[in-house]
Amino acid sequence: MKLNVNGRDLDTDAAPETPLLWVLRDHLNLTGTKFGCGAALCGACTVHLDGVPIRSCVTPASAAEGRRVTTIEGLSPDRSHAVQRAWLELDVPQCGYCQSGQIMSAVALIAANPSPTDADIDAAMAGNICRCGTYPRIRKAIHRAAELAREGGAS
Amino acid sequence: MNAVATDAGRRDFLKLSALAGGGLVIGLALPGCGRKKPLGSAAGGQPNAWLRIGGDNTITILVDRSEMGQGVYTALPMLLAEELEVPLAAIAIEAAPAGEAYVNKLLGIQVTGGSTSVRDAWDKLRLAGAQARVMLVQAAAAAWDVDVAECRVEGGRVLNADGDALTYGEVAEAASKLPLPPDVPLKAPGEFRLIGTPAKRTDSAGKVDGSATYGIDVRLPGMLYASVALPPALGGKAASVDSAAAEAMPGVHKVVATAGGVVVVADHFWQARQARDALKIAWDDGPNAKLDTAGVFATLARAAKPGAGIAVRGEGDAAAAIAGAKTRLKAVYRLPLLAHATLEPQNCTADVRADGCDLHVPTQVQGVAQATAAAAAGLKPEQVRVHTTLLGGGFGRRLDVDFIPAAVEASKAVGRPVQLIYTREDDTTHDNYRPPAHDTAEGALDADGRLVAWRLHLCGPSITARWAPAVVADPKVADPFAVEAAQNYPYDVPNVSVEYQRQEIGIDVGYWRSVSHALNCFVAESFMDELAHAANKDPFEFRRDLLGKQPRFKRVLEEAAAMAGWGKPAAGRQQGIALMEGYGSYLAQVAEISVEGGRLRVHRICCAVDCGRMVNPAICESQIESGIVFGLTAALWGEITLERGRVQQGNFDRYRLLRLNEAPAIEVKLLASDEAPGGIGEPSTALVAPAVCNAIFAATGRRLRELPIAKTLKA
Repeated sequence: MKLNVNGRDLDTDAAPETPLLWVLRDHLNLTGTKFGCGAALCGACTVHLDGVPIRSCVTPASAAEGRRVTTIEGLSPDRSHAVQRAWLELDVPQCGYCQSGQIMSAVALIAANPSPTDADIDAAMAGNICRCGTYPRIRKAIHRAAELAREGGAS
Repeated sequence: MNAVATDAGRRDFLKLSALAGGGLVIGLALPGCGRKKPLGSAAGGQPNAWLRIGGDNTITILVDRSEMGQGVYTALPMLLAEELEVPLAAIAIEAAPAGEAYVNKLLGIQVTGGSTSVRDAWDKLRLAGAQARVMLVQAAAAAWDVDVAECRVEGGRVLNADGDALTYGEVAEAASKLPLPPDVPLKAPGEFRLIGTPAKRTDSAGKVDGSATYGIDVRLPGMLYASVALPPALGGKAASVDSAAAEAMPGVHKVVATAGGVVVVADHFWQARQARDALKIAWDDGPNAKLDTAGVFATLARAAKPGAGIAVRGEGDAAAAIAGAKTRLKAVYRLPLLAHATLEPQNCTADVRADGCDLHVPTQVQGVAQATAAAAAGLKPEQVRVHTTLLGGGFGRRLDVDFIPAAVEASKAVGRPVQLIYTREDDTTHDNYRPPAHDTAEGALDADGRLVAWRLHLCGPSITARWAPAVVADPKVADPFAVEAAQNYPYDVPNVSVEYQRQEIGIDVGYWRSVSHALNCFVAESFMDELAHAANKDPFEFRRDLLGKQPRFKRVLEEAAAMAGWGKPAAGRQQGIALMEGYGSYLAQVAEISVEGGRLRVHRICCAVDCGRMVNPAICESQIESGIVFGLTAALWGEITLERGRVQQGNFDRYRLLRLNEAPAIEVKLLASDEAPGGIGEPSTALVAPAVCNAIFAATGRRLRELPIAKTLKA
C-alpha cells in the first residue's frame, strides 16, 4: 500500500484494512497521532484526509490511498502554524495527550472558517475530548489562532 | 491523598560528587545507599542526583515527580532556577529513575500524588540550587584568587569586580571538589524573580508538534506489541485457553498466559488486537461472579452503623445534642464507583533480558513499578531500570501497576521488548475504581436556627488498606484517605462527631483525583446546605456566620460569593455554593445553573482559592480549571456499574466525559497569600458536585443525595 503522508509518498506493508491510526503510529513511526478510544468517540486520533478532519482509529488505511494525509507532524516544521503558535502563547496543553487531535480539528476549523464564533468552535470541537479540561484555553486559543492567521501568520 | 503519611524517619544528607567527564552533581547521600545503588541512574552514573552541571554548561534537573499535566516539569525546575540564578530555559529536564533519593517525604515512597509535588520540593530544590550556586562562586573566586564577596552570579555565569566572567560549566568541576557548604541561606520571598511568575510551561513545545513521548510512543529496536484478554469478571482468571487460531493469524509471535490475562504478542498492535478476538478462553469468574451494583450498596447499607465507626472528630456530644434539639435533620448520601479514564490508556513497555529489565512506563510510582516488574521477571529490583515517560493523564490511576506484570511476562516469554496497550474498554473495565460511599449525616438547629450539632458517619471500602496496609494496620486507625474534607470540618459548632467505618465490597478501589475530598465534600457541603435551608437562612450567610475562627475559609467564601455576584444570578438561573480545605489549599466555589424542563445547564463556575504561596500562578489557574471540569464530568455523568462482576461501561459512549461545547464558563480568583504552598492539582474537583447540587436545590427544591446528577435528576 502507498500512502501520501505529510507530502511524502510512503510504502507500507500493513494490511489495507488496518486502521490508519495504527499504520501511522506503528508502521510509519508517526506517533504524534494518539490512540484514545478506537471508536471515533474522543478525537485523539484526528488527522486530515485531503484537508478534512477524520478519526483515523476507525478509518481503514486503504481509504487514504490516493489522498493526502496530514498529521500533527506535518503542520509545520517548526511549530509555526497559527494554531500551534496560539496553543503555545496560551500554554494550552496539560497532560497534552489529546492536543494533537485538538489542534488538527482546530486547524481544519480555521481553514474553513477564518473567524469562528463560540458556537462554531462548539460545533467543530465537540468531537475532541480533553480529560484535563483545557477547554477554556482551547476556546481562547482558537480565537487567537484565527487572529494570527488573519494577520497572515498561517503557514 | 493528603500529606498525612509517614516521615521516612531518616536524615537526608546532601551529597556532592564529580560528574564523569568533568562537572558537578548534587544529590542525596543516604545511609547504606552504597549497598542499594539503583542501576543506570540517568545521572551519568551518579545515583540519586537531582542536579547536574556539565563542563559543557548544561544544567540538568532530574525531576523525581511524573509529569501528568499538573506542571511539575515547570514548577520544580523553577525552584531550582530561582536559587541557581539561571533562566528557566537554561535548565534541561530529565525524568528521575527509581531511587531512594526520590522518595516523597510527605508520603514516604517515591510517588507523584496527593498534590504534594511542590510542597515536597519547596525547600529541597531551592536548597540544592543555592548550594550549587555557592560552590560555583567559591570555585570561581578561587580561580581568580579573589574573595567570594567580590563575586556575583548572573545568567549562568560568575562575575567579579574586574568584569571577568566564568561560566558555571567552566567552574563546575572545580566546584565539585569543594565541601558542601553548610547553612546556605535561601532567598526571602521578596527576592524571588521567578517563583510567583506565570512562567511558560517547559513541556508545551512537544505537545503541540506531536514529538512529546508518552508511554505508547516508546519505540525500541526489535519491539513487538501486545494486547491482553482480561478476565471479564473482576477478580476472575482464565480456566483454559485455546490459542491455535490466534497464533495462526498474521504477525502473531506468541500467546502468553499470564497471571493478569492472556497476552497476544505480534509485530504490530492491530494484529495483536485482532488475534486476541480469535482466542478461545474459558473464564473462571472467581469470587465476584455474582457481584452487582445493588449488592455493593446493600452491603454498605447493611454495614453502616452510626456510632460504631472509628471516631476522627469528637467535640461535645453530638448524639445527645441532636436528640434534644428543636430541629433535627438526617440524610443518607450515596456515591457511585468511578473510573479514572486517563485519555492515554494504561500501557507498559518492557524489555526483559537475562541480566535485567528496562521498563518504559507512564507511572506515578517508580519504586513500586520497579519492584512489581522485578517480581514478574524473576529479577532483583535493582536490575530493573524504570524510565518514566510523559503521562497522558494520571488522576491516581497510575498509582497502580496492575498492567505491568503482563507486559513483563510477555517480554520475557518472547525475549524481545514488548509494548502492551490496553484498549479503552480494557481500561474502563479494569480500573481500580473510586470507592463508593454510603454516608449518614445528621444535624440539629436550636430555636434561633443556630447549628448546634454536626454528625457525619462515613462508610465505604478502604483504598489504603490495599495500597499501603501498614498505615491502617491498627484497626482503631481510620484510613486517612477516607476522611478528608470531613475530619477538618471547619464550622464553629459545639457538638461535632465524624466517624469512619470501613466496609469492603469485593473489588479493589483506587485513589481518584482529590480522593475522599470529592466524596466527603459532596456530603458535608450538601448537608450544610440542607441545614441552612432548614434554618431559613441564606446558604452563604449560614456558612459565613460559622467561620469566625477560620479566616482562610471565610476569606475564600466571601471572595467566591463576591466574584459570582451571590444572590443576584442572571435571570432564570440559580446559584449554589460550597467550601473546602484540601492539601493545604482553601477553596470556595459558586455554581450558576438553570433547569428547564428537567434539563440542567451549568453556565458558570466561580472559584476563589487561597493556596498559599504559588510557584507558578498560571499553572495553578489551569489546574483549578482542570479540576473543575473533572469534577463536573463526575457530578453529571460519572458512574461505574457492575453486573455479574463485570463493569458495564466500556467506551466513552457509556462512560461520558465533558466536552468543550458542554463546558461552563470558569472563573478563577487566586488570592495573594504568604502561607506555605498548598497542593493545587486536585482540590477544585471536590467542590463542583455540592455547588451544582445546591444550585439545583435552589432551582427545583429537589435535594440530590446521590450522584450522578443526570441519573438522579431524571429519577
